[in-house]
Amino acid sequence: MDVEILSRLQFAFTISFHYIYPPLSIGIGLMMVLMEGMYMRTKDKQYEQLARFWTKIFAITFGLGVATGIVMEFEFGTNWAAYSRYVGDVFGSALAAEGIFAFALESGFLGVLLFGWNRVKPIVHFIATIGVWLGSMFSAVWIVVANSWQQTPAGFTIVGEGLSARAEITDFWAMVFNPSSVDRVLHVWIGALIAGAFLVMSVHAWYLLKGRYTVISKKAFKIALSVAAIMSILQLVTGHSSASGVAENQPAKLATFEGHYNSSDQADLYLFGWVDHENQKVYGPYVPGGLSFLIHNDFNTEVKGLNDFPEDEIPDAINAVFQFYHLMVAFGVYFIGLTLLGVFLWWRGKLFDHRWLLWVFVFSVILPQLANQFGWFSAEMGRQPWVVYGLLRTADALSVVVTANQVVFSLIMFTLIYALLFVLFLYMLNKKIQAGPYDESKIDNSPIQEGMVDFYK
Amino acid sequence: MATFLGIDYPTLWFLVVGALFSGYAILDGFDMGAGALHLFFKKEESRRIALNAIGPVWGGNEVWLVIGGGALFAGFPVLYGAMFSGMYIPFMLFLASLIFRAISIEFRSKEKMKWWRNAWDISYNISSILMALLLGVVVGNVLWGVELGPNHEFQGHWLDFLNPYALLVGLTTVALFMMHGAIYLAMKTEGKLFIKVNKLLNRSIIFFVVTYSIVTIVTLIYLPHLTDRMVENIALLGVPLLAFLSIANVPRLVSKGKYVLAFIFSALTMSFLLILVALELYPVMVMSTVDPIYDITVYNAASSENALRIMLIITAIGGPLVLMYTVFVYRTFWGKVEIDETSY
Ligand code: HDD
Ligand code: HEM
Ligand code: HEM
Repeated sequence: MDVEILSRLQFAFTISFHYIYPPLSIGIGLMMVLMEGMYMRTKDKQYEQLARFWTKIFAITFGLGVATGIVMEFEFGTNWAAYSRYVGDVFGSALAAEGIFAFALESGFLGVLLFGWNRVKPIVHFIATIGVWLGSMFSAVWIVVANSWQQTPAGFTIVGEGLSARAEITDFWAMVFNPSSVDRVLHVWIGALIAGAFLVMSVHAWYLLKGRYTVISKKAFKIALSVAAIMSILQLVTGHSSASGVAENQPAKLATFEGHYNSSDQADLYLFGWVDHENQKVYGPYVPGGLSFLIHNDFNTEVKGLNDFPEDEIPDAINAVFQFYHLMVAFGVYFIGLTLLGVFLWWRGKLFDHRWLLWVFVFSVILPQLANQFGWFSAEMGRQPWVVYGLLRTADALSVVVTANQVVFSLIMFTLIYALLFVLFLYMLNKKIQAGPYDESKIDNSPIQEGMVDFYK
Repeated sequence: MATFLGIDYPTLWFLVVGALFSGYAILDGFDMGAGALHLFFKKEESRRIALNAIGPVWGGNEVWLVIGGGALFAGFPVLYGAMFSGMYIPFMLFLASLIFRAISIEFRSKEKMKWWRNAWDISYNISSILMALLLGVVVGNVLWGVELGPNHEFQGHWLDFLNPYALLVGLTTVALFMMHGAIYLAMKTEGKLFIKVNKLLNRSIIFFVVTYSIVTIVTLIYLPHLTDRMVENIALLGVPLLAFLSIANVPRLVSKGKYVLAFIFSALTMSFLLILVALELYPVMVMSTVDPIYDITVYNAASSENALRIMLIITAIGGPLVLMYTVFVYRTFWGKVEIDETSY
C-alpha cells in the first residue's frame, strides 16, 4: 500500500478512536455541572453522590481523551508535513488559542475537580467543575473551527507557488467565522451533549432494572432525559442548517450525501437506499423533490448533481458516504422519538414502569457514539479528494520523507496500543458502574501517612 | 519588518516557544524524574505516595507540551513539518511512552493484585525514562545538526537520530530530570520515605554532574561552531557561567535541607541550559549538516507577520490566565502528600 492510503488510514483510525472520548467528556461534563448545581441548590446529599460518581467516570474518559488527543496534534507534523506547511499560518492561531484558552483551563481545574472534594469549599469545587466543562466545550470550538476552515476556507490569501505555496491569514475573524463554523460547532457540541446524556440514562436505567440505587437513579435519569430530549430536537435544527450550508459551499459533497448524479429540477430525498455508482442510480424509498425542498423550500428547484463536477473533484467512496450520512440522520430521528416517548411517560407518571423501555435506554447508549462517528465520516470523506476544499489535494498534503514502512510501523503500534486502551477503558468503566455511587459515610477518609498506617505489609 | 520593543515578531514567537518548552521541561521534568526513580521505592505505600506526589499536577504539566507543540506548529510550520516527519520513528516512540505513562498512573492503583501494580509500576518507570531520553535526543540532534536538504527536508536515515552524541545528551537529560524529580519528592514526603528520597537525590546529583561534564567536554571538542559565538562576544559567556553556578548551588541547598530553593535552582538550571542552546544557534533553529542554505531559521520557517501578531495577542491575553490557574492549583495541593479516597 502507498503512503497516502496508509496515512489516511492511520489518521482516520486515530481520530475516530480519539473521538470516542471527547463527546463523552463534554456530555458528562454538563451532567456533572447539573448534578452538582442541584446539590448546591437543594443541599440534597444524593445529588452530591451522583456528581461524585460521574466525576469518576469523567476522569476515565477525560484521561483517554487527553492521551489520544496529543497523538492527533503531532500527527499533523509527522504524517502531513506538506499540509502543516500549507495551513500552519491560518490554522495555527486556532490551535494556539485552543491550547491556551481551552486545554489550560480544563486541566488547570481538573486537579481540583478530581482531587479537591475534601480540600476546597463546595462553591470553589463547583466553579472548578464548571471550568472543566467550559474548557472542554471551548476545545471543541477551536478544533472544529480549524476543521471548518478546511471545509470552507475564508479570510486568507495564497502566497507563493508550487511546493512553497501556502495560505496566509488576512482576517482572523473571517477565518474563525468561516461559512461552516457556527453550524458545525453547534452540531458537534449538541452531538456530544447527546452522547453524555445517553450514557447517564443507560447506566441509571440499568441500576433501576437491577433494583439498585433506585431513588438516586431516578433523579439522575430525569436530569439526563431532559437534556437528551431538548438536544435531540435541537440537533435536527442544526443538522438541517449544516446541510443547507453544505449545499451552498460544497455542492459536490451534498450531491454525494444523497447520491444525486444528474442535476434536475426535482432532486429526491432518500430515506435510505443503496448507491449503484456504475449505473448512477440509488435504490430505495424517497420523497420526490424532497432534497430541493429541504434546501430551497421548493420542490422544483434545481440541485447540482455529481455529473456537474470533473471526475477528479468528487469523492471516491460515494456509497459509503451516503450510508454514513443516512445512518446519522436515522439515529437522530430515533433519538427524538425515544426521548419524547420518555418525556411523555414522565408527564403521565409512568416513566419507570416499563422494563422493556429501560432496556431500550440501556442499549441505546451506543447509537449517539455511532451517530457522532458517522457524522464525521460523512463530513470528512465527503470532502475528498481535497484536504483543503478546492485548494489542496490530499495526495499533495503528505510528508515526503516518510516511507510506507514507517507508517506501517506506527499504524501497527497504534492498533496494538489502542486495543489495549479500549479494553482498559471498558474494564474500568464496567468496574466503576458495578461499584456504583457508594455511600460516603461508609468510607474511611482519614489520610494515610507513611509510618502511621501500613496497609499492604 | 514590524517589531515590538525592538524585537521582530518571529524572534518574539521564538521566545514564546522557548518559554513554553522551558516550562514543560521544568514542570513535566519532575514528573519524568519521579517516574524514573519509581522502582527504587520498594514498599507499596511508598510507591503510592510517590505517585500521588505528582498525582494532581502531572496532567496539567503535560498541557505545556500540548501548548508548546501548538505554538511551534502555529509559528514555525516549516520546522514542525520538517522535524516531525524527519524524526518520524522517535516521535512515534515518544507518543507511545506518553500514552503508557498516562495509563500507568491512571490504572496502577485501581486493582489490588500485586502483579497488576508491579506491571504498571514498571511501565510507568520505563515510559518516564524513555520520554526524558527521547526529548534529550531531540536537543542533541538540534545541537549536532541534522541532514537537511532542499526544502529543508530531512534526507538521512531515521536511525541517524540515535547518534552517540544525541544519546549522550539524552542520558544527561534523564539524569537532570532524576535530580529535579528527587528534589520535588523530597519536598513532598516525610518519615522513612523522605530519608530514602534524600539518598536517591544525592546519587542523582552525582549522576547529573558526571554526565553533564562529559557532554560539555565532548561539545567543546567536536562542536566548535557552538562556542564560536561565545568567543566572539565574551559577554555571552555569562549564560554558561550562570548555568554552572546554579548547578553548583543545588547540592549546597540540598545539604542544608532547603528543598524549595534547591527546586528553584534546578529549574533555573534547565532554563539556563535551554537559553544556552538557543543563544548558540539563533537565528538558526535547526542546522543543516549538508549546507547552511538549508538551515531552518527563525525567519525562513516563520508564519506571516500577520499570523504572528494575532498569536502574540492571544498569548498576551491567555498567558496570565494560565499562570493564574496554575498558581491556584499548586496552592490547593501545597504541602505533604495525603492519601484519601480520591487518590490514585
Ligand atoms: C482540524 C482538523 C481536523 C479535525 C478536527 C478532524 N479531522 Fe478528520 N481529517 C483531517 C482533519 C481533521 C485531515 C488532516 O485533513 C484529514 C487527513 C487526510 C484527509 O484527507 O483529511 C482527515 C481525514 C479524516 C478521515 C479519512 C477520510 C478519508 O481519508 O477518506 C476520517 C474518517 C476522519 N478524518 C474522521 C474525523 C473524525 C471522526 C473527526 C472528529 C473528531 C475528525 N475527522 C476531525
Ligand atoms: C484532528 C483533530 C484534533 C486534534 C489535533 C486534537 C488534539 C487534542 C489534544 C492535543 C488533546 C489533549 C489536550 C490536553 O492535554 O488536555 C485533546 C483532548 C481533547 N479533545 Fe481533541 N483533538 C482533535 C479533535 C477533537 C474534536 C473534533 C473534538 C471535539 C469535538 C475534540 C475535543 C477534545 C476534548 C474535549 C479534549 C479534552 C479531553 C477530553 O475531554 O476527553 N478534539 N485533543
Ligand atoms: C437529525 C438529523 C441530522 C441531520 C439532518 C444532520 C446533518 C448533518 C450534516 C449535513 C453534516 C455535515 C456537515 C458538513 O459536512 O459540513 C453532519 C455532520 C455531523 N453530524 Fe449530523 N445530522 C443529524 C443528526 C446528528 C446526530 C443525532 C448526531 C450525533 C449525536 C450528529 C453528529 C454529527 C457529527 C459529529 C458531524 C460531523 C461534524 C460536522 O461536520 O458538523 N448528527 N450532520
